[in-house]
Amino acid sequence: MRKRPDKTLGESLRDHGLSRRGFLKLCAATASLMALPPSMVPAIAAALEQARRPSVIWLSFQECTGCTESLTRAHAPTLEDLILDFISLDYHHTLQAASGDAAEEARFQAMEENKGRYLVIVDGSIPGPDANPGFSTVAGHSNYDILMETVEHAAAVIAVGTCAAFGGLPQARPNPTGAMSVMELVRDKPVINVPGCPPIPMVITGVVAHYLVFGRLPELDGYGRPLAFYGQSIHDRCYRRPFYDKGLFAESFDDEGAKQGWCLYRLGCKGPTTYNACATMKWNDGTSWPVEAGHPCLGCSEPKFWDAGGFYEPVSVPLTLGPTTLLGAGAAGAVVGGGLATLARKQRKEEAGARQPVTVDELEQKLSTTPP
Amino acid sequence: MSSLEPKIDPPAPGGSCPGATHEHGHALPILHEIRHALERLLAGGESTCIDLHSMPFGPGDLERLTAVLGSGEVQARVEALGPTLIRETAIPGVWLVDYRSLEDQRLSYQIEIAAIPEILRPRPEDLAESLGVLEARLAESGLDATPNASPPSS
Ligand code: SF4
Ligand code: SF4
Repeated sequence: MRKRPDKTLGESLRDHGLSRRGFLKLCAATASLMALPPSMVPAIAAALEQARRPSVIWLSFQECTGCTESLTRAHAPTLEDLILDFISLDYHHTLQAASGDAAEEARFQAMEENKGRYLVIVDGSIPGPDANPGFSTVAGHSNYDILMETVEHAAAVIAVGTCAAFGGLPQARPNPTGAMSVMELVRDKPVINVPGCPPIPMVITGVVAHYLVFGRLPELDGYGRPLAFYGQSIHDRCYRRPFYDKGLFAESFDDEGAKQGWCLYRLGCKGPTTYNACATMKWNDGTSWPVEAGHPCLGCSEPKFWDAGGFYEPVSVPLTLGPTTLLGAGAAGAVVGGGLATLARKQRKEEAGARQPVTVDELEQKLSTTPP
Repeated sequence: MSSLEPKIDPPAPGGSCPGATHEHGHALPILHEIRHALERLLAGGESTCIDLHSMPFGPGDLERLTAVLGSGEVQARVEALGPTLIRETAIPGVWLVDYRSLEDQRLSYQIEIAAIPEILRPRPEDLAESLGVLEARLAESGLDATPNASPPSS
């Protein structure tokens, strides 16, 4: 598994017997992967030829391994390509063969040999410095200590998944483990957030490919997410958008509207306030994605999505806009729709601080009063 | 999965997938883009490539697009880092290029508007080496090994 990143990627690929057409194809696939136009292929080829594989240390904290599962299902490039050719994955306690002291030794060695140049990928949230360290440990050390020690000489940190990026499920109220996100703890290093529950596999590899090709971090939005993948909302790229614009909504999961493929906004779709690439990159090798399967977007790539109200309740809208105004806004199209999304987003941020946990009683009451 | 035909799934039976039987109108803008690209190709020889992976297609959009483009006379297959399937559409100069991985999963699906898709041309570096390759293969074959063989013309 360990291979020192001493050769350029071009050299290493030639050693693997890759032909020049194969390399051109790799570049075309990489452009597609990074959501860059095909006209960038020559520039990508020149950069990849000279690139050196970065050493990567992957740390898993309070997580469900869904993010690693997602990555190992990536097909473009395959995980083998990624491990052997694109990066030198020096530590990943789920995937590596070594265990115990040998595994920890591999981490220290990678840190020492690549001081200032290695990438740290984190999945899972971290019990903060004031929390009981016993909630989550690796080899007897608290997640917090391991994170701080490992990032000290890193070039950058990539927080993969909503737990690492924003706290995710462990941080949902009442946050029993005092879970914090990477960016709340790591202040003196660049942190790139790749949220999603889990993130689209191609987005994980796309961010690493970007670092490899351009030797620097991608352009980020206000939440530290790469704009290439999180620059547009689900709603802006949704193929059901023409129905939203015409005010045609499914009202239940089996009504005529649902069968006609109308917009899922009223069924709780968080597409208007969610920034992710599902609508174009899709899931399961580009087969489909939740909205195409008839289910509203849950907003899994946004901060506090577990606490942002019911999954099946429409995105909260300002009280000044009643349902009728909303319908009008829907019919009025993209401009108003976008404005509405921005408003809802802003309001959600303001509300986030004041949300109350839902009790089981309340939930049951809601379920019994909601029409099926 | 060794068929040269890029996969076009049949419509879902009985419309079980919501909206499967409806058109979402996302094929038309791509067809317009192809028209502009063709105009540029005809005017100045400029080729264009459109990545279909980044399009917000709904069910049926891709099938609609490829149906309008139709099938031409040429099909080709490149074996390098897994197969790449190239198909000429009914419109000369408009090609469908399907890049697939070693496991035959789609890496990228592109439309190239060009005289010949880039992946089919020999790479310039390979072309520069081709005479040398021929000499080497000739030497290896033994056909050229007679002691009195005439020296290569200069
Ligand atoms: S609300 Fe949801 S289903 Fe409707 S157009 Fe927006 S993203 Fe698509
Ligand atoms: S559709 Fe929404 S909830 Fe589903 S994976 Fe994409 S961003 Fe997450």
